[in-house]
Amino acid sequence: MSIEAKEEFRPKIVAFCCNWCSYAGADLAGSSRLTYPADVKIIRVPCSCRVNPMFILRAFEKGADGVIMCGCHPGDCHYSTGNYYARRRMTLLFSMLDYIGVENGRTRVEWVSAAEGVKFSQTMNEFVEKIYSLGKNVRLEDLRCRQ
Amino acid sequence: MQRIGVFVCHCGSNIAATVDVKKVAEMAMMEPGVVHAEDYQYMCSEAGQALIAKAIKEKNLTGLVVCSCSPRMHETTFRKAAERAGLNPYMVEIANIREHVSWIHKDMEEATKKAVILMRAAVAKVNLNTPLMPGESRVTKRALVIGGGIAGIQTALDIADAGYEVDIVEKTPSIGGRMSQLDKTFPTLDCSACILTPKMVEAAAHEKIKIYTYSEVEKVSGFVGDFTVDIRKKARSVDMDKCTGCGVCQEKCPSKKAPSEFNRGLNTRSAIYTPFAQAIPNVPVIDRENCIKFKTGKCGVCAKVCQAGAIDYDQKDEIVTEKYGAIVVATGFDTIKLDKYDEYAYSQSKDVITSLELERIMNAAGPTKGHLERLSDGKAPKEMVFIQCVGSRCSDDRGKSYCSKICCMYTAKHAMLIRDKYPDVNVTVFYIDVRTPGKNFDEFYRRAVEQYGVNYIKGQVGKVIPQPDGKLLVQGVDLLDNKQILKEADMVVLATAIEPNPDVRKIATMLTASIDTNNFLTEAHAKLRPVESPTAGIFLSGVCQGPKDIPETVAQAGAAAVKAIGLLAKDKLMTNPCTAQSDELLCNGCSTCANVCPYGAITYEEKQVNDHGIREVRRIAVVNNALCQGCGACTVACPSGAMDLQGFSNRQIIAEVDAICR
Amino acid sequence: MNTEKKQAELMKEISGVNPLKCMKCGKCSASCPSFNEMDIKPHQFVSYVVNEDIESLVNSKSLWKCLSCFACVERCPRDVKPGKLIDAARQLVVRQREQDYLSPNEIPELLDPELPQQLLVSAFRRYRR
Repeated sequence: MSIEAKEEFRPKIVAFCCNWCSYAGADLAGSSRLTYPADVKIIRVPCSCRVNPMFILRAFEKGADGVIMCGCHPGDCHYSTGNYYARRRMTLLFSMLDYIGVENGRTRVEWVSAAEGVKFSQTMNEFVEKIYSLGKNVRLEDLRCRQ
Repeated sequence: MQRIGVFVCHCGSNIAATVDVKKVAEMAMMEPGVVHAEDYQYMCSEAGQALIAKAIKEKNLTGLVVCSCSPRMHETTFRKAAERAGLNPYMVEIANIREHVSWIHKDMEEATKKAVILMRAAVAKVNLNTPLMPGESRVTKRALVIGGGIAGIQTALDIADAGYEVDIVEKTPSIGGRMSQLDKTFPTLDCSACILTPKMVEAAAHEKIKIYTYSEVEKVSGFVGDFTVDIRKKARSVDMDKCTGCGVCQEKCPSKKAPSEFNRGLNTRSAIYTPFAQAIPNVPVIDRENCIKFKTGKCGVCAKVCQAGAIDYDQKDEIVTEKYGAIVVATGFDTIKLDKYDEYAYSQSKDVITSLELERIMNAAGPTKGHLERLSDGKAPKEMVFIQCVGSRCSDDRGKSYCSKICCMYTAKHAMLIRDKYPDVNVTVFYIDVRTPGKNFDEFYRRAVEQYGVNYIKGQVGKVIPQPDGKLLVQGVDLLDNKQILKEADMVVLATAIEPNPDVRKIATMLTASIDTNNFLTEAHAKLRPVESPTAGIFLSGVCQGPKDIPETVAQAGAAAVKAIGLLAKDKLMTNPCTAQSDELLCNGCSTCANVCPYGAITYEEKQVNDHGIREVRRIAVVNNALCQGCGACTVACPSGAMDLQGFSNRQIIAEVDAICR
Repeated sequence: MNTEKKQAELMKEISGVNPLKCMKCGKCSASCPSFNEMDIKPHQFVSYVVNEDIESLVNSKSLWKCLSCFACVERCPRDVKPGKLIDAARQLVVRQREQDYLSPNEIPELLDPELPQQLLVSAFRRYRR
């Protein structure tokens, strides 16, 4: 066993949030002081449809333990149809990831509107808890990337 | 290599109390490309911005990272500051260490760690930023107002007075909205029609205002400054130009059984009708569902009696396409349906009514000609009970979670008016709280109690039981006396919760304006931009944004108008330079991107390319920067990876992912 | 944690009710058919739990006057459901007497034709949801 394994497990979680709904929802969670674990780091994208499956694979390759993507509710996309594309892409990607051993619980899509700070924080709490229960992600990680 | 400056804001103690800002600045110096890092109390202050400008000049910075509040808050501030100092504004990135770090985490070490990671991600992104130049787009100097209630009318008048063309689209046959249904208004007891009608007339007569009644917005495309809107003018079956508004057709119409929408279904109207006497335009509409001519083909009485020959049974819906620079949403509200509230016996007894129905009963033009009487037997009531918060402030699925805001005041108004006109009627109000924030509002409520002797009881009503003799047994509680009350009443009035007009979701989807779980339109900033939608060029007026009374609605309507005027006054708008771009060497012209583009911004060109010395003509995707809104759908759809989004490029986002997972 | 606090927590756990959601509208008391029989009124249950005065609640007459008609549960606009709290208080009493176990064999004996109808009806209501 390496020394690393004995350290307390702190997951790395990447959250992709669309600028118009979910990022604003995350801001609202912040200004309403609704806490969620610091393991979640948010990347702002213009729309959930900007999230290339490649980004998610890259995150797992670099050692992420979970990836969550948040967008506007279906039908409410700022760009009309973006989240529909995102939804289809992620369904495919996640089932493929599950097939190669990245459990379904490590990936998630959630629709969070700009007014749903509470939902954002709840979702993140749940998701982080799930990742803790799943433990470190060992699939897909490129060990050469470890520093 | 970029020369990056990192600026860490304390935001007073908002950030500094939970994030070790010095440490963040220190760690920043170790990042590749960072040549300058400092922290300051308020980065957004003038002194803070001066610090940034000074560092840009002295250290020759080519990129900036500001670790501060949300980019939705101050990104523009810092971009402008950078631009003033000679840096391209799109070389600035924000690391959100307030909303996403200091305000949600309590442990300083943990928060600092996260702040450092977010700073790293921003630095990694800036390292790959390229200077972007915004384009220009023109502004159509014309505004559209959706909804012709008091909010829409006021907004249209204000915009028109500033000299811009305005169109109002109203779904019903007349403008006027909810306010035209009210009898009196609080807290001055002005007659509602007396103050509204002049405004309606003014709007109709205004040379800059065009009113489309009995019309609906069908389709919206385009973007701020250049919207294209299809308006469906529903077939009125009456020629607007020929009709003189004499009203003979309505008198002679043999079909008089349709429930009157204006009187909340309390009485009936003819199949050819104007909703109310002061309707604008004063041109009737044939309700084809109730018209005998349309149902059986045999009637045509209205056409026979019409002297002007205005009746046109063959009229068809017409689609008008117009261009607008700004759109104001003023779709208003309706009261909620009470089918989930069986305990109040609304569906069982005609004498249990909503407040809006009482408003019609009290009105001289209403179903009872203004006489307060029971709808079941026409008798004058002696005991009246008002129940507050019906469907408001509910956390279950029966009602609405918000306070409808206007009910406390209109109930006080109703109670007062009834006690004034019929002093022998006892009025009891069951309330949870009486909420009267507003100028002269509490004084108004106190007058109802002290001067008019309205009996206010703190407590709710559990059940209304219709009795065989027609009375209503009200079972309530007096919480201050700790007693259950059984009261016989002649009429029960429910202060029914209000909800946004059910059509607003459809409209919000068309406008791509955000909407919350209660169907209220979301404002761009809850405090500082309350009349703008986050979608540029869309403004909010009236109850579509949240419950409000008439003075507030009028105030907001004016504010929305000013914002729209501010937009229309510009000749050109800067467009968002974060648009998609295709790499002509990678593009294979497959059309996948054009299929997913919601704006039709992608076209194809036969273009001469130089692919490593091979010159040939290829079919290549070209993005129209004026149309592209920068969603990035095409970038992911592109099978060859030729499409990329400026400002959010593949490499930039991957760099962020890498920095976070490092 | 002192006993009172523990009991209050237990009450919340058994009932699944968050008493802090109450907005003190009194609709429960307005709906209650046995209001006049009770010493602690339905709308007061919530504050007894919030104030952790479970002792008084458990000793009150109201506990056994409640018909479990669940009008308060049905009509509460805030999902607080005082009826469930009363139910929980009863449970608490039963548990204190260590009578909370019942083997299936005992049930037929307990089914007595003299059993009040209301008891069966309320049991159905309670376990329906």
